[in-house]
Amino acid sequence: MVRLRLNGEDHETLARSGETLLEILRERLGLTGTKHGCEVGECGACTVLVDGAPRLSCLVLPEQLADAEVTTVEGLADGAVLHPLQTSFMRLGASQCGYCTSGMLLSAKALLDEHPDPSNAEIREALAGNVCRCTGYAAIVDAVADAAETLRDAP
Amino acid sequence: MRPPPPWAGRRLGTEPGDGDALSDGFQVVGKALPRLDALGKVTGATRYADDLSWPGTLACVLLRSPHPHARIVAVDTAAAAATKGVVAVLTGADLPVRYGAIATSQDEAALASDKVRYVGEPVVAVAAVDEVTAREATKKIAVDYEVLAPVSSIEQALLAPADEPIHEGTKGNIHRLAALEFGDVDEGFAVADVVREDVFFYEGSNHLAMEEHSATAIFADGQLTLWSSTQAPHNLHRVLAKVLDLPMTRVRVVATPHGGGFGGKVDPAAHEVVVSKLAVLTGRPVKCTLSREEVFYNHRGRHPALMWVRTGAARDGQITAMHFRVALDGGALASLGAATTYYTGALQPATYDIPAYRFEACRVFTNKAPCGPKRGHGTPQPRFALEIHLDKLAEDLGMDPVALRRCNYVRPQSRTVNWLRITSCGIEEVTEKVLAASGFATRSRRVGHGQGFAVSAYLCGAGFPMYPSQLPHSEVGLKVDRGGVTVFCGATDIGQGSDTVLATVVAEELGLDRADVRVVTADTGLTPVDLGSYSSRVTFMAGNAAIDAARKIRTLLLEEAARTSGLLAHELRVGDGRFGPLSFEQAVEAAEERHGALSASGSYAPPPGISGEFRGSAVGPGPAYTYSAAVVDLDADPTTGEVLVHKVWVAHDIGRLLNPVLVRGQMDGNVYMALAEALMESQTYRKDLLHHPSVLEYKTPLATDMPAIEHLYVETIDPEGPYGAKEVGQGPFLPVVPAVVSAIHDALGVWVDEVPVTPEKILRALDARDRGALGRAGPKRFPAVPFPPCIKVEPPHAATARV
Repeated sequence: MVRLRLNGEDHETLARSGETLLEILRERLGLTGTKHGCEVGECGACTVLVDGAPRLSCLVLPEQLADAEVTTVEGLADGAVLHPLQTSFMRLGASQCGYCTSGMLLSAKALLDEHPDPSNAEIREALAGNVCRCTGYAAIVDAVADAAETLRDAP
Repeated sequence: MRPPPPWAGRRLGTEPGDGDALSDGFQVVGKALPRLDALGKVTGATRYADDLSWPGTLACVLLRSPHPHARIVAVDTAAAAATKGVVAVLTGADLPVRYGAIATSQDEAALASDKVRYVGEPVVAVAAVDEVTAREATKKIAVDYEVLAPVSSIEQALLAPADEPIHEGTKGNIHRLAALEFGDVDEGFAVADVVREDVFFYEGSNHLAMEEHSATAIFADGQLTLWSSTQAPHNLHRVLAKVLDLPMTRVRVVATPHGGGFGGKVDPAAHEVVVSKLAVLTGRPVKCTLSREEVFYNHRGRHPALMWVRTGAARDGQITAMHFRVALDGGALASLGAATTYYTGALQPATYDIPAYRFEACRVFTNKAPCGPKRGHGTPQPRFALEIHLDKLAEDLGMDPVALRRCNYVRPQSRTVNWLRITSCGIEEVTEKVLAASGFATRSRRVGHGQGFAVSAYLCGAGFPMYPSQLPHSEVGLKVDRGGVTVFCGATDIGQGSDTVLATVVAEELGLDRADVRVVTADTGLTPVDLGSYSSRVTFMAGNAAIDAARKIRTLLLEEAARTSGLLAHELRVGDGRFGPLSFEQAVEAAEERHGALSASGSYAPPPGISGEFRGSAVGPGPAYTYSAAVVDLDADPTTGEVLVHKVWVAHDIGRLLNPVLVRGQMDGNVYMALAEALMESQTYRKDLLHHPSVLEYKTPLATDMPAIEHLYVETIDPEGPYGAKEVGQGPFLPVVPAVVSAIHDALGVWVDEVPVTPEKILRALDARDRGALGRAGPKRFPAVPFPPCIKVEPPHAATARV
């Protein structure tokens, strides 16, 4: 039995020994917003936040998560109110096929939570663990900068 | 001859309603609006193929060949089949019918039966209650192989086979040969003042779509339904009907929201056939999701291409003749390779006015993962060769390389020597824009810094389908009633935004907001046929079909508005949800009251007369062509060979800019993928094993590797495009690779005639120069290929050269 604090809710689920957080999220809890692109920690599609820090859920075992708070893409919006990263990604076309998007959003959120006014280079550095094949990263970097501005301007 | 059907190349005008009513111009088209499916993608709600699940689904795992080339002597699946939790085991004997993406290349079996032809080829499929059980069971399968000598290279494939040919029924390992001559090439070389020859190599690469292929099949009530991340659901529908011996009426293919294609999901894939067969056999849902390593084996990526090009020119730079040869490493299967082969030769004359042109091509089989279509399909390789070759020719002539190109540019409204019909053509304008923006002519000159320029052409959709047919290439159904507007089309949104384009053009015709248009696509059970997302065809073809359907409803609604107001239709204003005095809803009710159910269909096929009539003429023609130009600015370090790209300017002849957000995304993605192939990516082999079958080892650019990109647009308003629009999915890729290589030459004075350009190759070229040899790295020679005599094609007469 695995206990998880996930997107602000407590969850309990069965899991095989060695089952990864990615598998638990997708296959046990039905949270398919977290994607897999390699299953071995190379592509960043499965990025989630563990206590606010980006982690590759395909490499995380539930035993490592005692008392930790896990955030997935499904937990990014505040109810029906989207996170500024989500609105900026939509408006600026930072999501094309969308398969890297959830991982990108969470890597970007971890960055903005720490650095509210990142430089272009800092944004690129923060996203360097997430592979995207559609956008050339250009609109994604623009969207993160745009969201940072929105967040800074928020009361 | 039968007259062409009305939907073949029909011109629907370049404004909403083609001027049938008053208008304030475009209301939706041209605006920078987000894609309509963006919300699901940023909230994680979009359900991709592997996100779908049904109760009781069986997991399918494929046992793949460990050998590049071997005979299958025996397969023993008894222990696997007897394993607890295993429901079914399939071997090649269960799926004897061969198939393939194109009608003339039916050489694939979902599971190998007689022999294996590449490492990773599927041999046995196991369906079990879960993936762990299925995977464990595959370990109990004994396959007895008799290992054969593998064929590893183009050169080796051209020799007599050591053991036996890779495919039975072929002499040696040559898959395709093509030889065409347009005009008198010998005469063209005889009158040239300068003749130059070069040899180039372009390495293969994988699409590396972020989403690994996944498919689930269900067989219920005599109907097979397959959900899959395919780019071409209609073609897959045909293949499944054939292989499973089911009528077309009993098969439905749903292309799920797509995690990236780039050509890698055009071919019907083994796992799609296998889960379908297993669903029919077991009566249970069956799912197979490939691992990243399996995606590399499934491949269908860029063909490695060895190329030789010879061009003659007059002293003033006018090209008098060109002779282009290519040898393609096709890997183990035909795939779309017959088309690839012809594509490598088709578009040179669509860029430059070449009066005499000879094209010889050869595609060989090797014991490697099969190559197929990847973004640019068969054209990035020759584009790289051609542009660098022209740079060198300019050097020989003492001419500016841009001036050399410009004096040979094709003209709008013309016909090429190989009979391609050019209509709108912004090649001069894209050149002008990219040169002005980059300051190419006045660039700073210092060792280690350089800029390169290149130009290219691409087609807006294949002029001919993958199987012989006179039927529409794209069909749209439109339902309009009290309940709203729904557009149905088989077009497949692979991330490029084609669903958004459909909603955009329907909204424009009906004076609505895009959000008022529901879009149902890529479901062969619900949506009219569209041939698929390949060859940059969807905006052009499905866009036209959607306008065709929406125009019919618009006409009905205008009639009702005119009747109500007592005015003529062209005195009424359409837009902002209104048809003259009536709201859209009122107009619909009035029309529904008069006509009953309102539905309309729209169709599109390319017009007749866009190609010549010779063997091979079906590959290359499209209903329109786009033109792109790029300038790349970079530093290349003469001591380490490292390249740092600072900026890429890319100008594209888009026809009309339907949505700057979507177009910008395609421009960026093209530049990215081209830089990746120019400097990093390669699908290569070592000791007959794939070198890099993982994301970590397969080097690809990250966010930190990408330079600034400046986009420049030219709107040529194509006479046949939807509102004048043309493609952007592939064209802007093409000039970037040669512009990189040209910039490296500008920086260091050496030529790297082989991509990807690595630091090692740059240092090798510099080293050669320092030793007093030619400052060049690249292939030395083109192999001896038994090309057949050329098919001689009379070029269009001067009188018919204007179109």
